[in-house]
Amino acid sequence: MPGGVFENELLPLCDSMHELSIALSILDVAGEEAEHHGGGQVEAIHVRLGPLAGVVKEALLSAYQLAAERTRFEHARLVIEEVPVVVYCSSCQAERPGDAVHWFRCAVCGTTASKVLHGRELELAALELAE
Amino acid sequence: MNSKPRIVEVRQNVLKHNDEVARALRQRFHNAGVFVVSLVSSPGAGKTAFLEKTLTRLKQRDLRPAALVGDLATDHDAARLARSQAPVKQITTGTLCHLEAAMIQQALEEWNLEELDFLFIENVGNLVCPSSYDLGENLRLVLLSVTEGEDKPLKYPTIFNTADVAVVTKIDLAEAVEFNWAQTNANLQAVRRDMPVIQVSAKTGQGMDEWMAFLASASRSADRTPRG
Repeated sequence: MPGGVFENELLPLCDSMHELSIALSILDVAGEEAEHHGGGQVEAIHVRLGPLAGVVKEALLSAYQLAAERTRFEHARLVIEEVPVVVYCSSCQAERPGDAVHWFRCAVCGTTASKVLHGRELELAALELAE
Repeated sequence: MNSKPRIVEVRQNVLKHNDEVARALRQRFHNAGVFVVSLVSSPGAGKTAFLEKTLTRLKQRDLRPAALVGDLATDHDAARLARSQAPVKQITTGTLCHLEAAMIQQALEEWNLEELDFLFIENVGNLVCPSSYDLGENLRLVLLSVTEGEDKPLKYPTIFNTADVAVVTKIDLAEAVEFNWAQTNANLQAVRRDMPVIQVSAKTGQGMDEWMAFLASASRSADRTPRG
């Protein structure tokens, strides 16, 4: 949820309110998971991001800096792994990469895919905790 | 401090809290027998005019619709929708670019869902941000006006792909803006195979019968608790 934890003058520094609210959600879930795993110092947060998640990587990285400021994550790195689009193509009857421009088309035969298997990920993948 | 960090695998959806609230909402809607439609589009595509006509028509059929309207700052949309006599509530999002499930939950606090047949959630005008947030809706409707050009689905594939139905609005202006229906439909099908598309004009009423029939059919086929 959007919180009132930021001073208003900081907001214009952020590229996007959307990525800021995503960054807040990342810290929220990361905080819970860190506690769940013993509550140590978090050195890095690994996130898997698909192009269909509607989140811009660069904007998320800068929003994260802002969101993490003066929290327990101030010194934790955000590492974003980009996940490519993978579709199930009913013509090829196989898993195929999505087309580079038209994501929902099979990159091999051009058929519009009936199912997207990967690419929507917005996932907290792992935490690096100090021993 | 120099020891190697311990890596723990987490694998949690970043928006899991939103998803949890949305799941609870969906169950509540189901239990109350209310069919929920969310509307997304770019600003100015005609969500409010389309919704006002939809609410009015449902009221005329003695059905019980209501609407939640997300708006950045004003209550103009809510005031327009209230003319339909249906219950309408404004959700002012401030600078936030989308609605979240918790905002829906909060907005519904004073409403008895048992007294509703349909709930419409008008999202903030934005084709990017709302796509990741489940609001517990049964149907996500994306609107596209003829004045926006044919390539919107290709430019914003994610939101069009997550929608269940597309409504092309302001069809009364199609000729004036040389709107290419075949190209638009092809672009919609390219991002969401077999997407139902309905062309309407809230101004002239064209296509509204088709939309009402679609809505009735979708709400019947949804797994709803039968009413006593």
